[in-house]
Amino acid sequence: MGMFETLILILDSTVRLAIPLMFAALAGLYSERSGIFDIGLEGKMLAAAFAGAAAAAVYGSAWIGLFFAIIVSTALALVHGFASITHRGNQIVSGVAINFIAAGTTIILGQAWFRQGGRTPALSAEGSRFTAIDLPFAEAVRDVPVLGLVYSELISGHSILVYLAFAAVPFTWWVLFRTRFGLRLRAVGENPGAVDTAGISVTWLRYRAVMCTGILCGFAGAYLAVAQNAGFVKDMTAGKGFIALAALIFAKWKPVPVMFACLLFGFLDAVAIRFAGIDIGLFEVPPQFMQSLPYILTVVLLAGFIGKAIPPKAGGQPYVKER
Amino acid sequence: MAAPYAKLPAWVDYGLIPLINVTVAFLVAGLVVLLVGENPVRAAQLLVQGAFGSGDGIGYTLFYATNFIFTGLCMAVAFHCSLFNIGGEGQAYVGGLGVAIVCLAFDSVFPWWINLPLATIMAALTGALWALIPAWLQATRGSHVVITTIMFNFIAASLMVYLLVGPLKPVGSMAPETRTFAEGAQLPRLDWMLEMFGLTIRSAPLNITFLLALAAAFGVWVLIWRTRLGYEIRTMGFSPTAARYAGINQTKVIVIAMMVSGAMAGMMALNPVMGDQTRLQMNFVAGAGFVGIAVALMGRSHPAGIIPAAILFGMLYQGGAELSFEMPTISRDMIVIIQGLVILFAGALEHMFRPTIARMFHMAGGGTLKPTPQPGE
Repeated sequence: MGMFETLILILDSTVRLAIPLMFAALAGLYSERSGIFDIGLEGKMLAAAFAGAAAAAVYGSAWIGLFFAIIVSTALALVHGFASITHRGNQIVSGVAINFIAAGTTIILGQAWFRQGGRTPALSAEGSRFTAIDLPFAEAVRDVPVLGLVYSELISGHSILVYLAFAAVPFTWWVLFRTRFGLRLRAVGENPGAVDTAGISVTWLRYRAVMCTGILCGFAGAYLAVAQNAGFVKDMTAGKGFIALAALIFAKWKPVPVMFACLLFGFLDAVAIRFAGIDIGLFEVPPQFMQSLPYILTVVLLAGFIGKAIPPKAGGQPYVKER
Repeated sequence: MAAPYAKLPAWVDYGLIPLINVTVAFLVAGLVVLLVGENPVRAAQLLVQGAFGSGDGIGYTLFYATNFIFTGLCMAVAFHCSLFNIGGEGQAYVGGLGVAIVCLAFDSVFPWWINLPLATIMAALTGALWALIPAWLQATRGSHVVITTIMFNFIAASLMVYLLVGPLKPVGSMAPETRTFAEGAQLPRLDWMLEMFGLTIRSAPLNITFLLALAAAFGVWVLIWRTRLGYEIRTMGFSPTAARYAGINQTKVIVIAMMVSGAMAGMMALNPVMGDQTRLQMNFVAGAGFVGIAVALMGRSHPAGIIPAAILFGMLYQGGAELSFEMPTISRDMIVIIQGLVILFAGALEHMFRPTIARMFHMAGGGTLKPTPQPGE
């Protein structure tokens, strides 16, 4: 196989690996821009993956799976909202709690309902899984040099959720920067007092933001369990929620950079999976280093050595309305 | 921590409300048991019996509690400085490296009572070093310590995988672990201690690290409430602005608090690595770093609260293992749910029942709601 084909294959798996990150990072974007830190992305994604796979297996429909994934993930997002908005609890603590509740509940319920060691039944029935969509002419143009392969391998042949993820990026940008809701959402993350003074409910605005987070995490989980894989495996998110969080910070809380950050982290993962170790002449770079590179890069960025990542000003602080 | 609510008597603040919160957490956990079709009361009975019904049960309970005392103290020290050190897991993992280095180097040179202090120092040192960069970045560059310590957890996991499948693995072995330590790096069991109470122990790995954990708890109490540094840490945690006006060196306090926190996590590694497995294994921390969050929240970041909270979680771990034999649908992962619920109700929702309780007090006692001096502050 030539260099070019290898590159296309790596890029193809980059896209597949980046999609859950993209959904989850965009999810975090809504919440964090409204001033609610969310380290519970991982848990919501995991719970959504389980709910999606379980519902898709029981009802035999991928779309019903997606629906339940979104419901469960949004319910957890509302728990986070209840703790951190209504009861002004510590947002980090609440996020940690949600991660654990999701990690434990998915295994216990999975075992109790399906008795397959924490797995859900494999989604083999027609329509119970989001399958690859072949775009028009994908086969016909395959033999066209360079562009043919790019079109047929890289652009075509993904599931609907992949295209939705890419569509969610400009959509999020439009919502945040071109709608009244977006303006208020960003304002409430910077200066909730000013929003309150303008007569807009800080509480309701933030609740809507965490609901957006829940919905997008639902997509992320459904993609993992109902599109990328054919069923739920215990702990299948395996830290993706935290990589998404890293990507969100890496992208400085902006939608389009979020996409690129996720693609970069997906690429690093794809390379680490493809090559056991990379020989750069002097010594061999171990795959573990490639896998930890997203985290290292995020720390370096946070340290302010590549630009400065400034979080929303009111992030993490509960809003106390003056009486 | 600033309390945006009315003052209540100390026993309500430090006794009743935490108790209610934890009780609610366990009630919700009972609902989950009900949901999978088992009897929660019977499950609780089996759990307590598994944890305290035999000498071995108690031995295992205290063995797990040892881990959680260390990680609970790790979280507590950071909490007092109002830092959230999620990196206990990674710091403990790297602490295991410190333990292993000492053990691999000296296990056939020195007896255990020389190797133990050496390994303790190395474990504390490596754990503290793993907390140093996040601490320094928080103190000087304002990078949020929560995010950086999460990142360092993953970096630690990658590093340890690399070391355990590569340099630290003995030649010809397939398992990702070091060789078994010689006798000089195996800690003595505490069987005699339980035998004093007429209990017999066959396999429980309860070892001398338990006593070390109790000593560490006392040390943390002295540090936080009886030294100048502890005062500075608490001032910093209460109000960074006040600390700055008082001339406290913020960078120094943040870095030291985080390093003490990391050292506590690192020392946790002594218990499983030197006391039980006598080799360094992949994932030996197994979530104990995260249990520390629940333990510290439940124990209100005070050593006197952390020790019982750690024993409670030790009981859940040991009893949970026994329970899963009797009720196969309730595997040990049930503890993860309980842990999450405790963190939710005792941590994030700690103020949920407060207004109600305050109102009840108001109705019952009328004017007795004077602010009382709170012990331990």
